[in-house]
Amino acid sequence: MDIQSYLLILIGTVFVNNIIMAKILGLCPFMGVSKSLETAIGMGAATTFVLTLASGSSYLINEYLLGTDLAYLRTLSFIVVIAGIVGFTEMFVRKTSPVLFRVLGIYLPLITTNCAVLGIPLLNVQAQHNFIQSLFFGFGGAVGFSMVLILFAGLRERLEGADVPSIFRGTSIAMITAGLMSLAFMGFAGMVK
Amino acid sequence: MAGLAIFLGAALGFAAVRFKVQEDPIVEQIDAILPQTQCGQCGFPGCKPYATAIANGEAEINQCPPGGEDGIHKLAELLGVEFKPLNDEHGEPKPKAVAVIDEATCIGCTLCIQACPVDAILGAAKQMHTVIAQECTGCELCIAPCPVDCISMDTIQEAVATWKWKYPVVQMKVRA
Amino acid sequence: MEMEIPGGANESARMSRTLYEFNGGVHPDEHKQVSTSRAIGIAPLPKQIIVPLSQHIGQAAKPLVGVGDQVLKGQRIGQAEGYVSVSVHAPTSGTVTAIAEHTVAHPSGLSDLCVHIAPDGADQWITHAALDYRNMAPSHLRNLLRDMGIAGLGGAVFPSFIKLNPGAAQKVPTLILNGGECEPWISCDDMLMRERAGEILQGAAIMRFMLNSDEVLVGVEDNKPEAIAALRAAAGDCGFPVEIVAVPTIYPGGGAKQLIKVLTDKEVPSGGRSTDIGVATFNVGTAYALHRAVHHGEPLISRIVTVTGNVHRPQNFEVLIGTPVAELVRLAGAVKDDTSGYLMGGPMMGITLASTDVPVVKATNCILAQSPALFPPTPPAMPCIRCTRCAQACPADLQPQELFWFARAKNFGKTQEYKLFDCIECGCCSYVCPSHIPLVQYYRYAKSEIWAREKDKKAADHARDRHEFRQQRIEREKQERAEKLAQRVSTKPATVDSDSPEDAAATAKKAAIQAAIERAKAKKDSVTPKNITDLPPEKLQEIAEIEARRAKIREIAQQPVDE
Repeated sequence: MDIQSYLLILIGTVFVNNIIMAKILGLCPFMGVSKSLETAIGMGAATTFVLTLASGSSYLINEYLLGTDLAYLRTLSFIVVIAGIVGFTEMFVRKTSPVLFRVLGIYLPLITTNCAVLGIPLLNVQAQHNFIQSLFFGFGGAVGFSMVLILFAGLRERLEGADVPSIFRGTSIAMITAGLMSLAFMGFAGMVK
Repeated sequence: MAGLAIFLGAALGFAAVRFKVQEDPIVEQIDAILPQTQCGQCGFPGCKPYATAIANGEAEINQCPPGGEDGIHKLAELLGVEFKPLNDEHGEPKPKAVAVIDEATCIGCTLCIQACPVDAILGAAKQMHTVIAQECTGCELCIAPCPVDCISMDTIQEAVATWKWKYPVVQMKVRA
Repeated sequence: MEMEIPGGANESARMSRTLYEFNGGVHPDEHKQVSTSRAIGIAPLPKQIIVPLSQHIGQAAKPLVGVGDQVLKGQRIGQAEGYVSVSVHAPTSGTVTAIAEHTVAHPSGLSDLCVHIAPDGADQWITHAALDYRNMAPSHLRNLLRDMGIAGLGGAVFPSFIKLNPGAAQKVPTLILNGGECEPWISCDDMLMRERAGEILQGAAIMRFMLNSDEVLVGVEDNKPEAIAALRAAAGDCGFPVEIVAVPTIYPGGGAKQLIKVLTDKEVPSGGRSTDIGVATFNVGTAYALHRAVHHGEPLISRIVTVTGNVHRPQNFEVLIGTPVAELVRLAGAVKDDTSGYLMGGPMMGITLASTDVPVVKATNCILAQSPALFPPTPPAMPCIRCTRCAQACPADLQPQELFWFARAKNFGKTQEYKLFDCIECGCCSYVCPSHIPLVQYYRYAKSEIWAREKDKKAADHARDRHEFRQQRIEREKQERAEKLAQRVSTKPATVDSDSPEDAAATAKKAAIQAAIERAKAKKDSVTPKNITDLPPEKLQEIAEIEARRAKIREIAQQPVDE
């Protein structure tokens, strides 16, 4: 495995197989925490941290603790690990930025059951990545998630000032915007396998 | 599996001690948004207690009439919750006013001085009282205790110094 | 951009100077020659003079005279209050008839406190003398200028004595006199420079002395060749090196920040002042007023005003501050029949006057009568099409379309992020907007909303401090009382009353209050209301009956209900 393949994993996860836009995972924070740029950046950072750690540690658990015999425990043990990391992150955020903690609200503990966070370690196993690849895959996925979240938050901040017909105001126009964004991301399809 | 759980539990326990949060600074931030009239219309004895109550989830964000819709919007944004229209049980927003004591009727009982939350009333026992207009928050707390009803609220009139540009009313072209 | 200045009258003018460009700007039709064909006229004494106490930026002046007082020309009638403030003066001798609210030149059309003076026709000066400014403590000189009411005549009316403070560095290297006058229609500075160039430069000499400047520049737009020639002729014998620079005509080239950029290539930092980069700018009119104040001891009581637009004889007048606009319009041969309104200032930045009763103030550079033919109404606004022509035209290098977007959405935090307060409200963006969106109105709205909020915030913080202090005090008093009580109890343990001393005190107090209420009631009853003193007997009878009924109801209400 050379540098190029790691780079490809990064580009692939950030743009081509973007976890929100292409895999349609992690929609809960995508719609919930994208009202302002500040919270989106905070959520992105928290998720990046959790996802990278989670994919690394779940790789180790899967490889050395579970092996092939205990494969049925995989999902369960992944959730336990992720819950632990999220708990840690939660305390850390609470200490460093109470406002962000307050703003992220329910979504911070929800990272635990966030399909994106669980999905990426499982995809790692499926793709039979090694440790470094898993880390890159996790990190890339998280960067892709943060990027889309931040872009979308920027768009939604703009939407606040737009002349939207009253029935489309709020979540409806946000959904339409998300759909258009997803269409745009389809443009990356096929760039990297 | 059990070992894993025990290990994580230990790690979390350590983190809980390490990153312990002393005081909730969110109270200060909520208090900064509240208008500090100390009027008690929210049902709490002042802005700080109300802020504490909001932070603890014991009060809604829509109980402050002097803060108006703007205040509720700001609180909603800070706390990441949905905006709620003002609860009219707690009163409705009024234009800013200051208390004025009718000095001819005042008997100098000092009851209003004791009621004023910001010490904006000047006077002494059996002496005429008067309101320092710049310090008055318009909370109306002095009106009820006055035994001779000599306190009234004067709405602050718009003057050149306080005038604000209005939101532009733009006439849009009607399509033929 | 290199510019060779053609045919200078003296050596300093023959120097060539590298000029720079600011981004943006527009070229509206000038319409200046309309009012420059006639010399500056001296306006006759008006029948009534109304001097607003707040003509400058900052706090209003405090009135020094009372109704009925005789005042002399140049007498101080309002004293500067606070730091950012200047005095106001009686423009002529006469009697103070009122100190009352009067409509003033303000976009709100609201009234403000003014001193009304009925001129006695004698126009008698108060004793005044030239100032020996070179042998004076600088702070004393500045205070004298404040008391003579000298403020910037370019439009902002910022107290000049503050700008004439060289600060900690004891020096402002570059002094710029602003003769840009970029707004269409206005020609008061142009005419002042043509006719009184020498006096302007004498004013500049005082500024140069006060600021300890090395370099004095006069920037004049190149559409005023007569003014440039007059200044160059005067520069030869003014006694200090001064450079008269013709700058390209482009609106808003007369803006202070823009002129500094053109002449020195320096940019005033965002939120900063020009003195931060060692430059001071003054309007040429301010220099003239300073000359009158220092060399003649005359406070600022008159200024040059252009009366133009839809009038029969457009002209510049030297007008006493406080002259009603209506009188000025009459001097210019009255307005034509289709006049639809009046602006104070130019078409780009001027404010609409609520009526022609408003008095001329220190800021009044132009009275512009409007008509539908000269100023066709703006077509209805269309949605923003994001063409960014406003961004190309903005001389402050802002993003007007973004500011508009966020101001419209009332997202004030974002407007400040996009540097709303660097906007000089020049109106270039609205001028070029193909959708005719009144952009500047949105910025003004956002600015005043932000200011109001900041004020509210300050008031709230203040109230919080006072409330917290009060609570501390109550707590402390409680503690002190408890300590005292504890002491008393320990000294007199034997006497145990049924009432504690606290209760007894409270009861006594209540009784005293009750007695006072009774007294107040009695007093109220004894004072007969004025509006029933001159009534016929039958009416009085009726009132007495009503009073009796009321008393009975009160009695019934006070009786305990026993069933």
